[in-house]
Amino acid sequence: MNRQTLTWLDRLSVGIPFAWLLVFLGLPLLCVTALAFHSIADSIPPVEPLLRVSDGHIVLHASFRAFRLVLTDPLYRHAFLSALLNAALTTAGCVLIGFPFALAIARAPGRRRNLYLFLAILPFWTAFLLRAYAWMGLIRDSGPVESLLLWLGILHEPIPVLYSPAAVLLVMIYSYLPFFVLPMYAVLEKLPAELLAAAADLGARPGYVFRTVTLPLSLPGVISGGILVFVPAVGEYVIPDLVGNSRTVMIGGILWDEFFENRDWPLAAAIAVLTFAILMLPALLMRRWLSRTAMVAA
Amino acid sequence: MATAAQGPILQIRGLCKSFGGASVLSNIDLDVPRKSIVALLGRSGSGKTTLLQLIAGLQEADAGTVTIDGRDMTGTSPHDRPVNLMFQSYALFPHLSVSGNIAYGLKARHTARIERDRQVAWAIQLLRLEGLERRRPDQLSGGQRQRVALARCLVMKPAVLLLDEPLAALDRNLRADVQKELLAIQRAVGTTFIVVTHDQDEAMAMSDYIAVMEQGLIVQFGTPREVYERPSTRFVASFLGTINLFEGDVTLDVNGSRRLRTDDGLALRVADDSSAAGAPRATVGVRPEKIVLSRDATSLANDFMGTLVEISFVGSLSHATIRLANGRSLEATLVNSDSLREAVPARGDSVHAGFAPEAAVLLPA
Repeated sequence: MNRQTLTWLDRLSVGIPFAWLLVFLGLPLLCVTALAFHSIADSIPPVEPLLRVSDGHIVLHASFRAFRLVLTDPLYRHAFLSALLNAALTTAGCVLIGFPFALAIARAPGRRRNLYLFLAILPFWTAFLLRAYAWMGLIRDSGPVESLLLWLGILHEPIPVLYSPAAVLLVMIYSYLPFFVLPMYAVLEKLPAELLAAAADLGARPGYVFRTVTLPLSLPGVISGGILVFVPAVGEYVIPDLVGNSRTVMIGGILWDEFFENRDWPLAAAIAVLTFAILMLPALLMRRWLSRTAMVAA
Repeated sequence: MATAAQGPILQIRGLCKSFGGASVLSNIDLDVPRKSIVALLGRSGSGKTTLLQLIAGLQEADAGTVTIDGRDMTGTSPHDRPVNLMFQSYALFPHLSVSGNIAYGLKARHTARIERDRQVAWAIQLLRLEGLERRRPDQLSGGQRQRVALARCLVMKPAVLLLDEPLAALDRNLRADVQKELLAIQRAVGTTFIVVTHDQDEAMAMSDYIAVMEQGLIVQFGTPREVYERPSTRFVASFLGTINLFEGDVTLDVNGSRRLRTDDGLALRVADDSSAAGAPRATVGVRPEKIVLSRDATSLANDFMGTLVEISFVGSLSHATIRLANGRSLEATLVNSDSLREAVPARGDSVHAGFAPEAAVLLPA
């Protein structure tokens, strides 16, 4: 009897996430994909219906215009590539800054660790847009950062930073850093101190312990944190819009423009589907790589 | 070096350690003979694990010295000490194979590849790990994991191998076998073992010497037999096995032999000249197997009438509880040999319980 209720509960607990995924990921994805095959029309909504009844037959009226355009027009290819490059640089920046950051938190003594964690999450207490505007104030021409660098003699002449790719990267790394630090911390904090002590006991110096124990065992954190940064960073459109320039037009911004400015819903949908596909590919590869390394002994 | 090769492999003098004002180890002295197995035996919190970590260099002592093979280890970091520690959890690297784990220390020390492979193969053979070289720790049984941990330490050819509760992580029914195996390996390689344990049976069965620890002190150091037969304190006496304790006043007979008048009115003859003998108050301890039970009076100097209130048969032995006329309970252990079969009393029988003056240990009150 007990077993019966358990399997019933088990089924429910597996079923709920599946139902959730179906309703909130599967169906919308299907709708967006279908939308990409619509023809545009000067109406509300601005598309022709996909299925039409004519002479008593149901006729499928699919258009490949949106996909053809996205795949052939260099504007979109360039926007995709610059979004991927920017996301990759943002991820790299988050790893380089976030890893030592997370390690420092994980190695801090108990009470101070909670304080550091709190400080790492603190920026979330203010609205994202406010933080972006704060950065704009900091890095504007003859703003406080530039003045300080000039005064310190690190800069000899003013360099315009705001409205440049560098500004986009800077603000993106700043905004996405907590998304990397938290999963990274979770992995590092669980790393048994005994393993490090055992390595030291076996004659390994601290640098060697880090390379051979800490780093390989924290790789899952780097990967999950990296994905958490990379995936939303590819579609980011607010930051490039606020602090970037015409050279930082990325796929997220294009999508926004196609949908809201040009009212070309099928094209926007095609961009969304393609972005999804591009993001799924590395995630699937990573999964395969992870399961393979788990099998093969080092 | 020639003199060092004769003396103890490990010498500890005046070692002290406290955490946040609380003293964990006070003034520890210890000499560990070469090629021996020494058990650090104590309850949790007795300081035995801290002592192990101070020897390994994982913690720093407040005062005192640790000398290994004639070299003072003060200020030497763990990776430079000729000592390896086998952790209670084994602390195997989960991302490395059996071979990878065993080779880890040799790689860290940049041992040449050919020599490294030779050493790893030696350890794998010694610990019967053939065929498991490519497995990961999570694909091994508890016993196999323990052997990998041991192999990982032994390839380093340490002067002293420290083992922190080596059997605690294993199933109870595995322990006896693994214990025998540990002994066999130690005899084969000749490395000095220092074993931390809270299990007195394990300590007695495995070690050449036992250091009994209590509240940061080594209260007694000796062979298992010495520590069991001649415990130095009441704590040691009752921590290692069962013992009957009698508290009372020490008196001297006219002929110079020693008596103890117990607080519940018994007079015991004691033949013990140990340090506690001079004090006016003392405790006398008698192990259960030293007590002779008989239906008739025993011919022993200490002989008391009583009733057998409980007897439990546990195979080779029987444990008996006798209530004496004054209400005191005595524990006695009988060996179930053939010669005894008919003489074994039953529950409710009137019996005499006796022991020789030599069987009694005089302990500080």
